[in-house]
Amino acid sequence: MTMIFGVPLAVFMGQLLLGLINGAFYALLSLGLAVIFGLLKIVNFAHGAQYMLGAFAALLGFRYLGINYWVALLLVPLVVGALGMLIERLLLRRIAHLDHLYGLLLTFGLALIFEGALVNFFGVSGASYPIPPALQGGVNLGFMFLPIYRGWVLVAALAVCLFTWFMIERTRLGAYLRAGTENPALMQAFGVNVPLLITLTYGFGVALAAFAGVLAAPLYPVSPTMGSSLLIVVFAVVVIGGMGSILGAVLTGLAMGLIEGLTKVYYPEAANTVIFLVMILVLLLRPAGLFGKEA
Amino acid sequence: MTLTKTSLAGSIALATALAATGAQAEISDDAVRIGYLADMSGTYRDLAGPGGLEALRMAVEDFGGSVNGAPIEVFSADDRNSADVGANTVREWVDQRNVDMVAGMVASSVTIAVTNVLEQHDKLGLVSGSAASSITNEHCTPNHIHWVYDTYPLANGTARAVVDQGGNDWFLLTADYAFGHALEGDVERVVTENGGTIVGKVRHPFPTSDFSSYILQAQGSGAQIVGLANAGADTVNAISTASQFGLTQSGQQLAGLLVFLNDVYAMGLEATQGLLLTTGWYWDMDDEAREWSERYYERVGRMPTMVQAGIYSSTMHYLNAVEATGSDDTATVREYMMSQPVHDFFARNGHIRADGRMVHDMYLAQVKTPQESQGDWDLYHILATIPADQAYRPLSESQCRLVQN
Repeated sequence: MTMIFGVPLAVFMGQLLLGLINGAFYALLSLGLAVIFGLLKIVNFAHGAQYMLGAFAALLGFRYLGINYWVALLLVPLVVGALGMLIERLLLRRIAHLDHLYGLLLTFGLALIFEGALVNFFGVSGASYPIPPALQGGVNLGFMFLPIYRGWVLVAALAVCLFTWFMIERTRLGAYLRAGTENPALMQAFGVNVPLLITLTYGFGVALAAFAGVLAAPLYPVSPTMGSSLLIVVFAVVVIGGMGSILGAVLTGLAMGLIEGLTKVYYPEAANTVIFLVMILVLLLRPAGLFGKEA
Repeated sequence: MTLTKTSLAGSIALATALAATGAQAEISDDAVRIGYLADMSGTYRDLAGPGGLEALRMAVEDFGGSVNGAPIEVFSADDRNSADVGANTVREWVDQRNVDMVAGMVASSVTIAVTNVLEQHDKLGLVSGSAASSITNEHCTPNHIHWVYDTYPLANGTARAVVDQGGNDWFLLTADYAFGHALEGDVERVVTENGGTIVGKVRHPFPTSDFSSYILQAQGSGAQIVGLANAGADTVNAISTASQFGLTQSGQQLAGLLVFLNDVYAMGLEATQGLLLTTGWYWDMDDEAREWSERYYERVGRMPTMVQAGIYSSTMHYLNAVEATGSDDTATVREYMMSQPVHDFFARNGHIRADGRMVHDMYLAQVKTPQESQGDWDLYHILATIPADQAYRPLSESQCRLVQN
C-alpha cells in the first residue's frame, strides 16, 4: 500500500476531500463577512448568529410548516436576509459614521440576543434535521465512503461563491457597489441610490450566512450555539485572506479546510488551533493578509 | 482584674450556651437555605440546568416547604462552566446568604473548586451532575456527597458489556481534556482486563463540531467497536457523523460512554438506534420512576434526565436528614444521611459510603429503533442491572483521605 508520511494513500485522499468540504463551508461564511466588511466596513459579529438563524428557520419551517429542504434553501436566505436589511436600516445605519468598533459591539450584542432568546426556548442540545431524500446514502469512491450530501455541500457552496464573486467583480451592479463604497457622494450625484445599495449588500451578506446555515442543518445538530464556535474560525480565515478581499476569502477558506483536515490526521490535538497559528504567521509576515492590499 | 475575670466568666458561659445549642441541634438562623448551582445556559444546560432547579423545587414542595417549622429557601445561579464563577458564587452564598446546602453542580472542574470552598466554610454539597470519579477519590471532602453516576461505572458498565458480547477490538475517540482522559483510562483498563484490545485512539480537541475526519480514521482502523470517551455536544456530533458515514452499516458498532437522555432525544432514534450506554436511572424503568417523571413532565414539558431525577432524590434525602436530626449542621446531617439507606423512585439499593459516593444500582441500556419506540420519549431498553456493590470503584482501591486503607 502506498503511504504518505505514514498514512495510507486512501486515508490521505479521504482526509483531503473532507478538508475541502469543510473548506467550502469556511469559504461560504467568510465570503459573506468579506462582502460586508469590504463594501460596508462593518465587522459583522452577528454572522454566526445569522448562520444559526438560517439553520433554525429551516428546522422550524420543516417541523411546523412542512417546508421541504429545497424550498428552504431558497426561502430561508430571503427571510433572514430581510431581517438583516431591517437591522441595517434601523440600527447599523445610525452608527455608520462612527468607528468600526461600534458596529462590532452592536452586532455582537445582537448575536448574544438571538442566541440567548433561542436557548431560552429550545435549550442547547439542538435537534436533527433530516437529509433530503434525494441526497441520502453515499457512494464508494474506492478510497472512502462519501455521503452524497457532503458532495452536494461542496458543489453548492462553490457555485454560490463563484456566483457572488462574478456579481461583485464582473457586473455593472457590482461596479456600482464598489464605486458607492469608494465615493458615496459622487455616486449619489450620478443618481445612484447609495443607501439602498448598502442595505441590499448587508442583506445579501446575511443571506449568504443563512444559506450556509440551511446547508449545515442536515450535517450538524441545529442548536442556538452552533454559530458562535464557527464564527471565530471564520474571522481567522477572513484575516488570513485579507479583510474585505472576496477572492481571498474563498481561496483561504478552502486552503484552511485542507490544512485543518491534514492536522486532524497527523496531530489531531492541534486541529482547533492550527488555523490561528497560520493567522499569527500571516499577520507577522503580511499584516494585510494574503490577498489584501496594503493600506 | 475583676473586669477580666468577669469577661472570662462571660466567655465561658457563652461558650457553654453555644455548645448546648449545638447539642440541642437547632436549625441555624431558623431557615434551611439551598443554593442551586449549575450550567444554566451553556453546553450542559439541558442535562441539569433549569429542569434541575424545577426538580429541586418539586422536592421542597413535596416536603411541605418547611422543616420542623423552619422555612426552606431556594436560590440559584449559573456557573457558566467556570470554576472561578462557581467558587465565587458559593463564597458569596456562604458570606451573605447563609447557605446550608449547595445542590446541582455539573462540570467536574467547577465541582472540585466548589467542594473546596464548601470544606473551608463547613457547608454541605450534593453533587448530581458531575462525571469525574476523582470527586470522591483524590478530591473527596467531608463536605460533599456525589449522587448520580461517575466515570467508573460508565466504563465498567458499557465497556464490559460490549466486550462480553464479543466486541474485542476497540478504537477510542477521546475528548482531549481531563474528563476525557479519565474516561479513556477507565475504558482501557476494563477492555484489557476483560480480554479485549485497543487497536487505536484519537484525541480530538474540546469542543469539536466536525467529526468526519475522526470517523474516517475510526473506519480505517478496522476496529469492531468505536468507543466515544466524550460528552454532550461532542458525543452528539460524533454519533450523527458516524451515521452519515455508514459506520454501523459497515459492521462497526458505536459505544457511547457518557450519553444523556437529552442527547438521544436531540439526535433522534434514526441516528442512535442500537447504541449501548450506562445510565444511573431512566424515567420509564418502572412504575415509581414513571409516576414521578409524569409529574415532572407536567411542570417542565420534557422528560427528566438521570441528573434531574438525582437532584430531587438527593434533596429529599437531605431534607429528611435535617428533619430527623433537627439540625442543619453539615457533619450531623451528613452522618445521618450516611446511616440511612437510599431507596426511592431514583436509587435502588443505595447507600452513602465514607468517601461520599452514593452507590446504587446502575443500568445498561440500549437505544430503541424507530419502529420499537412508542412515543417521543420512549428511547431506551434496559438490558441489565449492574448491582450497586459492583458498579463503583471499590473502597479498597480508594485514594480518598476519609477512607482507611
